[in-house]
Amino acid sequence: MTSITNDNILDQEAIEITGSEAVIRSLIAEGVDTIFGYPGGAIMPVYDALYDFRHILKHVLTRHEQGAVHAAQGYARVSGKVGVCVATSGPGATNLITGIADALIDSTPLICITGQVVSGLLGTDAFQESDVIGITMPVTKWNYQITCAEEIPEAIARAFYIALSGRPGPVVLDITKDAQFSKLKYSYAKCSKIRSYVPEYPADKLLIKKAAELINNAKKPFLLYGQGVILSGGEKELIHFIEKTGIPAAGTLLGLSAIPTDHPLNMGMLGMHGNYGPNIKTNECDVLIAVGMRFDDRVTGSISTYAKQAKIIHVEIDPAEVDKNVKTDVALIGDARHTLRLLSRLMEDKQHPEWVAEFQEAGDIENKKVINGDLFPEKPGLTMAEVVRMVSDLTDNKAIVITDVGQNQMAAARYSKFIDSRSWVTSGGLGTMGFGLPAAMGAKFGSPDREVVVFTGDGGMQMTIQELGTIAQEKVAVKIVILNNHFLGMVRQWQELFFEKRYSFTEILSPDFVKVADAYGIPGSSVYSRHELKSAMQKMLDNDGPYLLEVMIEKEDNIFPMVPAGKSVSQIILSADELK
Amino acid sequence: MKQEYIITAYSENHIGLLNRITIIFTRRKVNIESLTVSESALQGISKFTIVVNEEKEKVVNIVKQIDKQIEVLKAFYYTNEEMIFQEIALYKVPTTALMESDQIEKLIRKHNARILEITHEYTVIEKTGHKEETQELFEGLNTFGVLQFIRSGRVAITRSPIERLSEFLNERDALFEKLEAKKKAINN
Repeated sequence: MTSITNDNILDQEAIEITGSEAVIRSLIAEGVDTIFGYPGGAIMPVYDALYDFRHILKHVLTRHEQGAVHAAQGYARVSGKVGVCVATSGPGATNLITGIADALIDSTPLICITGQVVSGLLGTDAFQESDVIGITMPVTKWNYQITCAEEIPEAIARAFYIALSGRPGPVVLDITKDAQFSKLKYSYAKCSKIRSYVPEYPADKLLIKKAAELINNAKKPFLLYGQGVILSGGEKELIHFIEKTGIPAAGTLLGLSAIPTDHPLNMGMLGMHGNYGPNIKTNECDVLIAVGMRFDDRVTGSISTYAKQAKIIHVEIDPAEVDKNVKTDVALIGDARHTLRLLSRLMEDKQHPEWVAEFQEAGDIENKKVINGDLFPEKPGLTMAEVVRMVSDLTDNKAIVITDVGQNQMAAARYSKFIDSRSWVTSGGLGTMGFGLPAAMGAKFGSPDREVVVFTGDGGMQMTIQELGTIAQEKVAVKIVILNNHFLGMVRQWQELFFEKRYSFTEILSPDFVKVADAYGIPGSSVYSRHELKSAMQKMLDNDGPYLLEVMIEKEDNIFPMVPAGKSVSQIILSADELK
Repeated sequence: MKQEYIITAYSENHIGLLNRITIIFTRRKVNIESLTVSESALQGISKFTIVVNEEKEKVVNIVKQIDKQIEVLKAFYYTNEEMIFQEIALYKVPTTALMESDQIEKLIRKHNARILEITHEYTVIEKTGHKEETQELFEGLNTFGVLQFIRSGRVAITRSPIERLSEFLNERDALFEKLEAKKKAINN
């Protein structure tokens, strides 16, 4: 066969090729450079075609399909491109489900290509057959089964368009083996329109004006920013908006890194373990401007007492999110970047020094009661906070921070500092333990020039620990920080606070993580006390390749502040004593 | 307060879309009282008519979720008062019962029903109307013994003079043009 080079790959002249080759060529035509996957019977023709293109299209062999889908998510979240993963039929496909559900709830653009049994065997309970279209329907933005080769280019073009446009999300393409084998006359055209799908609506000028009036007349306006700001590329527009209006802002968990942590109008994080000021001030502001966020219950606490005093303006691209949880006074349907631009034009130059000072006062209280103790503990045991902050300090706040789920995640969210956008990847909506390690791996492929550090717990690490194999094989230079408190920490915290310290199955035995890493040829070390921490972390960061740092954390530390489940954001507590 | 709503949706005629739509109800534990899917006046476009007994807030949420499906063109919801609707019912009664007295004939006349087929053994009667009306005829016929009975899902039509879909498709073309212009403006 003729050799495949970058020059002739995008040759658009119609040629007769197999469906499998069409899959690979279509991915390349969409600008895909890296895919994550795991081969198997029903996807073998695609893998065979991939072999000829392996120098153009990098394939990363993960150790489990869940690793592939989380890696694709990490890749997508830091790069802004579509993450692509490939799996075989049956168990290969079902192993992707957790990541697909995670991507849907966190609006991550993803294309999952799954092999399927030959079309003649569909519905016969053939070997490794499962109803992937049926199973993935509730967790995909779109899914489609391809049963003949001719459909491949158009289906892939649609998949990319749907995954990335509007509110992004995951797409599953299930391709029968015969469609992979048979031939088609191939040509590729990108998709830019589907008549039944409106990715975004144009701004309503009257509503923009109405919102602008509300904001201009507000005494205590407060802005909440979510991931929509990042997804729309509206970071600059947001900064311009808050600087022009002097409005204090706070981010959702997924909104973090949209604006620099130390921006004078950035008041921190919202939500259950967010900052004190943003939570209590939500119930004291007079106009609440929510941009690119969906009022998740972890942000709102009890909805019946949420911001009842405020006029609410919701900037949101997905009409189904408007009035879903919180009733709005003005809904601005559209992407965050464009809407913020239009709003900014109508804004009066203002400052709200007294109102901002109220946030700072709340911040002082939080510093005194929580943060100082977390960052500069007087007790001998290490805290998650000091480990997290040290990573920020030693990387000049420039690292991409990935987390798993639980206490490690909340500590990383609270204490990481960011300068650049897309520096933060976490499983927010679904809260998927085991997400961190593979997502970090994908993030490093998506942003190879940046430092990628993942914080994980001793629990979550063991859920996808097999990906150390992928990291070793591909020499993925991720820095793995295991915050080991010998517990499933967040569940234990709830048991302590709300279940009378009945620690039901939350104490967990872990292997010697450093030895496990060593078995994979990954260097690592363990830190038991404060005086070892800085040099060990510096060693980790100085290492060119992957590195695993296990830090032994104080066993029964809790994450505060906390909005207890079902309570109002104004009932946020700063210590366990307040529950008594 | 729960009440009857008619949800209608126009969609591309694609495999699996029915499933995508019904799981929206399942996930929220909302029962579908009746469901009809058929081709609309426009070739290739299907129309769903779904009846639920629910609170308005939930119905609005469901309609938005249906609307969000890639292959759905547009979804709407209405109260019963806003639509003209019908169901069709078929009844099978023993022909002997028809022969023995004029009671069944009277019922058919009274309910404006009609006979579709008569054999030696059975007679098939058809009636269109609201559920209460088809139910009333069922109860009347059942005193003579109904062998089989089946009721269709609801079909409904709005009281507005034109089909909302054509109106909507025109609007959508304008919308796509507007978006295209916006995209150009942003890139400049």
